Amino acid sequence: MKQTTQFSSISRRHALAMLSAAGAVVLAGVPAYADGAAVAAKIKGLTGGRSVGEGDIELDLPEIAENGNAVKVAFSINSPMTVDNYVKAVHVMADGNPTPDVASFNFTPAMGACSASTRMRLAKTQNIIVLAEMNDGSFKQAQATVKVTIGGCGG
Amino acid sequence: MAKIKPRVKVPKKAAAGEIVEIKALISHPMHTGRGKNKKTGKKIPRKIINKFVASFDGQDVFTANFEPAVSANPYIAFPFKASKSGAFTFKWVEDGGAEFTASKKMTVA
Amino acid sequence: MRLAVTITMALSLIAGAAFAKTPYHDGTAEVIKPVDKNHPLDEVVSGYNFRKAMIRDVQDDDFENPGMLVADHGEELWDTVDGSAGKSLSQVFEGCAEVPLDVVGSVYPRFNNAASKVISLEQVINMCRETAMGAKPYKWESRDMLGITAYVRMQSRGSRVNVAVDGKASAAFERGKDLYYKRVGQLDMSCAHCHEDNYGNYIRADMLSQGNINGFPTYRLKWNGVGSTHRRFRGCMKNIRAKPLPYGHEDYVALELYTAWRGNGLKVETPAYRN
Ligand code: HEC
Repeated sequence: MKQTTQFSSISRRHALAMLSAAGAVVLAGVPAYADGAAVAAKIKGLTGGRSVGEGDIELDLPEIAENGNAVKVAFSINSPMTVDNYVKAVHVMADGNPTPDVASFNFTPAMGACSASTRMRLAKTQNIIVLAEMNDGSFKQAQATVKVTIGGCGG
Repeated sequence: MAKIKPRVKVPKKAAAGEIVEIKALISHPMHTGRGKNKKTGKKIPRKIINKFVASFDGQDVFTANFEPAVSANPYIAFPFKASKSGAFTFKWVEDGGAEFTASKKMTVA
Repeated sequence: MRLAVTITMALSLIAGAAFAKTPYHDGTAEVIKPVDKNHPLDEVVSGYNFRKAMIRDVQDDDFENPGMLVADHGEELWDTVDGSAGKSLSQVFEGCAEVPLDVVGSVYPRFNNAASKVISLEQVINMCRETAMGAKPYKWESRDMLGITAYVRMQSRGSRVNVAVDGKASAAFERGKDLYYKRVGQLDMSCAHCHEDNYGNYIRADMLSQGNINGFPTYRLKWNGVGSTHRRFRGCMKNIRAKPLPYGHEDYVALELYTAWRGNGLKVETPAYRN
């Protein structure tokens, strides 16, 4: 129960998830998830099997969530968001929920920046995978683990 | 059941070129279809807000597709680049097709 | 029952103070000295400061805080005419509460002359509905009651809890104090075991707070909604496998008065947001 005594790193605000250049390496580096297969299949379906490339996706997720009913999930992706170069869609997935999908977002150049924030349900400690699709058909990915603690008490 | 009511936050004024943050929240239980009624033990059928669309002067600018993993009272925040004065319309779509809307004006100087 | 096992485990798992890096000492939290010299503790801290950033950030932003949806609902009801007298609560409330609107939220539970006893905010609202408006009382834990209570308490946001426990309120105060220290339930525990002796320590994954009520009604993730002080009391009692009392029970009003007094000096934070 050591984990419950950690308090110092409250949230991984603005942890920069830099991705490695080769998509294959990225996928190989993804730790085994409770239902990694479902997420992997989902990603394969979305990318059509294309490699998931480099790029920075900034994730804002709590390291520890005191309850899984509403966990903040926010991301921002460095992009000029011009008609020629913008993020088209972002898919948020979780590998420990009954189904991998959490939400997806469609962006347009009119937004001027690419970011979004929402709140999700997490059934247990798991990985959150964020997959971004660029207007040119290329993909970027980032992920982080959220530890969900269940209070034993407190009415 | 609780009345479904949207809330949105849009700055009234913005400078041209400024990137503003838009926030939207709607009261909704987001029934996943896996929950049970505690009293009757009966399964509560899935009923969620599955889509949120933001448009500016009639043009769709941002869409969110929600799955049951999105929390009750779904919250969404996103950026928008102010270029001209106009009106936002926000639309939430519930399973079954019911729609809830809200609109807000923004003046760009 | 799984819960009992959990609690028993929890008790053995209350992590020692040596481990607990109490978050309210990080310099950002308001830690106050008790207002009353008879207070059992030497520092008083809002429950907000025992929660992690994920929780605090939501409370900090009125827009993001889903508790505000319920408070907004209360605001609508506030001005709505209801009952045979053709009045809205806004027209008659101050008369019933016997204190100005922006003070009510920081001084209730309070000895109310018309009721000739200590009553809670919910009880003022229902008394007002029945006597001044000729309207039906709200159910304690209904969205309407929670909405109005949250809306009224919010009018005192930022001012400090200041319940009176002397004079005509002293009997209720003493009763509340007894209940707070009384060991109950199969686990034979009192409120003080957790919220006085062990605040700042973990009970399983939850960091125990001082159990203050300056943010009620409160939105709780576990409830997926807003709940009253009495709902929290009931939950805490169920956890120690004691029989919870009905909403609005005289003993709960007394306990609420006593608990509020322990938090005298804290800012009203309604609607708070908790896990
Ligand atoms: C077995 C331990 C335990 C006991 C005994 C207990 N509680 Fe709690 N209580 C908790 C936990 C855990 C929480 C949630 C974390 C926190 O705020 O302490 C909680 C939360 C609360 C809160 C909410 C605080 C906030 O900031 O929102 C109040 C109020 C409260 N308790 C009052 C009481 C009262 C009154 C009693 C006695 C009837 C009591 N508790 C008994 C464990 C306990």
